[in-house]
Formats: sequence, C-alpha cells, structure tokens
Amino acid sequence: MEKQQFEQKQEPIVSIKNLNKTYKGGFQALKNINLDIYPGEIIALLGPNGAGKTTLISTICGIAQATSGTITVGGKDIYKDFRTTRSLIGLVPQELTTDSFETPWVTVSFSRGLFGKAKDPAYIEKVLKDVSLWEKRDNMIRTLSGGMKRRLLIAKALSHEPRILFLDEPSAGVDVELRREMWQLVHRLRESGVTIILTTHYIEEAEEMADRIGVIANGELILVEDKKSLMQKLGKKQLLLELKQPLAALPDALKAFEIELKDDGYTLVYTFDTQAERTGITTVLDALREAHISFRDLSTTQSSLEDIFVRLVEEA
Amino acid sequence: MNLHAVNAIYRFEMARTRRTLLQSVVAPVISTSLYFVVFGAAIGSRIDQIDGVSYGAFIVPGLIMLSLLTQSISNAAFGIYFPKFTGTIYELLSAPVSMLEVVLGYVGAAASKALALGLIILGTATFFVDLHIQHPLVMLMFLVLTAVSFSLFGFIIGIWADNFEKLQMIPLLVVTPLVFLGGSFYSISMLSPTWQMVTLFNPVLYLVSGLRWSFYGQSDVNVWISVCIIFGFLAACMAVVGWIFKTGYHLRN
Repeated sequence: MEKQQFEQKQEPIVSIKNLNKTYKGGFQALKNINLDIYPGEIIALLGPNGAGKTTLISTICGIAQATSGTITVGGKDIYKDFRTTRSLIGLVPQELTTDSFETPWVTVSFSRGLFGKAKDPAYIEKVLKDVSLWEKRDNMIRTLSGGMKRRLLIAKALSHEPRILFLDEPSAGVDVELRREMWQLVHRLRESGVTIILTTHYIEEAEEMADRIGVIANGELILVEDKKSLMQKLGKKQLLLELKQPLAALPDALKAFEIELKDDGYTLVYTFDTQAERTGITTVLDALREAHISFRDLSTTQSSLEDIFVRLVEEA
Repeated sequence: MNLHAVNAIYRFEMARTRRTLLQSVVAPVISTSLYFVVFGAAIGSRIDQIDGVSYGAFIVPGLIMLSLLTQSISNAAFGIYFPKFTGTIYELLSAPVSMLEVVLGYVGAAASKALALGLIILGTATFFVDLHIQHPLVMLMFLVLTAVSFSLFGFIIGIWADNFEKLQMIPLLVVTPLVFLGGSFYSISMLSPTWQMVTLFNPVLYLVSGLRWSFYGQSDVNVWISVCIIFGFLAACMAVVGWIFKTGYHLRN
C-alpha cells in the first residue's frame, strides 16, 4: 500500500506537528518531530537504543507529556479530547509488564473496562483465541512463558477494539516461530482496518510488515518513506554473473565498471544504482561478450533494509 | 464519566482482597481480638471505668480507628504503588480515565475494604464487651469519612513512594504512634495538663474522640471540632491528589 494512496484518500489518523520532548534533567528526547500516519497502514519506526522511539509512542499515548507541539488522533487533540483519542489507541509496551497473580481472562477483561467498554465475554474469548491463549485463560500469568506474556499484552491492547495499535518492540524476547505468528496476527489486524505503528530493532520485521519506514536517530525523525520506494531510492542492486571458467584477474575491458571478482574468480559482481538513468547492465554484458567471457547463470540482489538503516543512522 | 473504568478498577482491587483473605481480613481481626484479650480482659479488669464506661468498651472506638487508619492507608498505598512497581501503570496512564475516575476506583476500593474490616472488628468486639452505640449514623459517618480520607492519604503515599520501605514508613512510623498516643487506650483527662496540651496537636485524637462520642455520647474534645478536622483532612488530601494528577508527579515523565 502506497503512502500516496493514503494521502490522497484519507485524513491522517495520527498527526504530529513540531513535537519536542525534553526531560527534567535537560535531555531532549524528541526534536521537532513531524509525522502523519494514515488509517490502515503499518508504519515501522526504526532507530538505535535511546533514539526516542519509545518516548514518541509514550507521548502519543499520554504516558509522557510533550514539552511543545501538537498531536491529534482521529482529528482530536490528545490533551483536550483525551477520552476520545485514548479510546482509539491500544498500546503494547516494550517491557513484559503484567499482573503476575492474575489470570489472562481477568487482566484482559480489566483492560476492556478500563478503556470504557462494557463487558463482552464473547469478544474477550475471541481475542484470547486470536493470540492462542484461550487454553491458558485461567492460569496465573506468572506461570506463562515470555512469549505468552507478550501475546497477552497484545490481547490486553486489543481488548477495547482500538483503531490504532502501537507495538513497542513486539518481538523482543520472542522466538522465531512466535514472531512469525505475531506477524500473521498483525497482518490480520491490518486487514480488519487497524492502523499499526511499531518500533523494532529487527529490520526483518519492518521489512516483512511495514508499508512505511520511519528512521529515528538522536530524537530526530530523519526519514519517513514508503518501504518500497525507500529501498529503491537508497538501495543498490548487484548483478551476479557465475562464470563458466574462472578468471585470474579482472580483464582491462571490465575495469571501467564497478565490478568485483569473487569466489576464486568464478563470480563477477556488478553494482549498479537502480535510480540512475542507465543501469549499465547492457554495456557490461556487451563488454563480457567482446572479451569472450561466457557465464552460465546470472542473478540480482538488492541491499537489505538493514544496510540502508545502518547507512542512514551513520550519516545522522 | 468512564464508569466502566471506575467499576473495573474497583472490582480489580476488591478481587485482590478475596485472594489474600488471610492477610487482609483474618490477620487484623486476630490482632484486634488480642488487644481485647490483653487490654480489655487481662489489664482492663484491673482498671476502673472511664467516664462511666468499662475499660474494655472504652477502647473499642480506638481499636476500630487503629484498624481503619492503617488498613485504609495500606490498601490504597499498595493499590496504586503495585502497578508502579510492576510497570502496569502504563495502562492506567494511557487509558481514557480522568483523575476523578482513578481516585474513585482505587480510593473507593481501599475505603470499602477498610470500612468492611472496621465493621467486622466492631462485630468481633461484641464477643468481648457489651456495646451500646448511642449515635449509629454518626458512627457510620465517622467511619466512612475516616476510611475515605485516609485512603486518599494512602493513595498519596503510594504515588510518592518509590520503594517498599517508603510505602511502609508513614503507616508504621507516623500513623500507628499517633493512634496509640491519640487517646485510643485512655482519656486525655488522665494525662498531665502539659501532655494534654501536646496531645491536642495529634490529629488522630479528634478522630478517636469523635468516634467515641458516637458510641457513648462523651469525648475528649468537642465532636464538631472532630467533624471539622476530618473534613479539613479530606479537603487537604483531595487538593494534594488534584495537584498530583495535574502535574503528573511521580506518574508521568
């Protein structure tokens, strides 16, 4: 789903303007953040530890107070219309903070009531089944595994049927299988129209789930971009040519190109810019033919989001 | 008003009492019964009546007040401190609830528990002494006002405390001594004039005295002063709680 599509069709469901947050000690955690989030999208906020991701989420959800700037959720100011805005939001915190001596059924029901919804045992049952905790509904929370507790936090956040879900490092401490289950759940939520904002350290997670990527470093939102166009814009592609006969050295005819010789001379790697007017692939292939170098296979690879992320943060 | 939230908090807190019935109800009842056995029967039998009331009966309002104050404070303090300690406070802070609703939920539950315990202790007392309550409605008013105002006070302590030691500090080091020195087990007329004057600065004296008036129609200080004191304390606690929510003190970053 393209950002442009959201922009053309809908008003942002979360709009952040000139947001600053300075803690009492003087540390400025957020610096002039501007961000619009559109209904039904999944946006991933990437950033190193201490970049300001959690502070941003906490401020939108009302846990931390903004120093300056405005935030609207569903078109309403989060301070003036806190009842409306907060009832639209579900938050899954980073830490596994649970009531150890309660049961999943009790704590999820409590969350629903806290967010102003009447009791609905059928819905609580559905949520617990969605996160595969129905069988554990009457167990003490302290007896649950870390992954189960993480899913329980998601169930609590979904208990009041929010339109926006914040997932703060949802995969922290979760094994690969559970992580994939969680991704499936997130996709199902998005299909039901829920807007999802997640922070993550796992680039793979953002790459798998997000429509848009925001990169935060040192409290600044240094980039917000549609994932695909970000990878196209900043990503480099490589053409890998598997040769029939190994080369001892790069022939002079190929030295003009950005080509490396790898795998004991069996592979030629040509790096090109996808955004350039000409990729140069045809010219490289022509040069190979003229140099009588034949290959038996070719493939392309693209920079991962992780490469892009690391580069952006280093530049910031 | 988010009544579902008030109800959710209230029921959640009351459920904790049901889970910890031994600690919440049985232990205070046993300790109060021991007071009756020791002070009422063993020592009290050697003490003359005080203002026409047997010593065992005389200490009943003080013992109820002792339980009411300590339980109100500890229930409310623990109720709000525990989510801070475990981190689940994030949910409360991000929920569509106002200050009033949070206070109604937590303080309402703490006061209910303390009030129920006060009435259980009153019932327990009837096994040890003959009780004739002259002004039962006034007694109920004092119990309710005390439970609510000291639950508010406990709520403030729970927000202020950032460790378990602080949580226990004021109930153990301030409130309990004030109750013991506030005429719970004696009439201040039994003290020297100097100590009588000192005791008048003890706010708990007015609570015990007011409650005792509702039982026996007699008190160390005028009952209206007691009523004013408790309303003043209630107003002060409400003002502090209002300030806490306005500033986010120890709650929001």
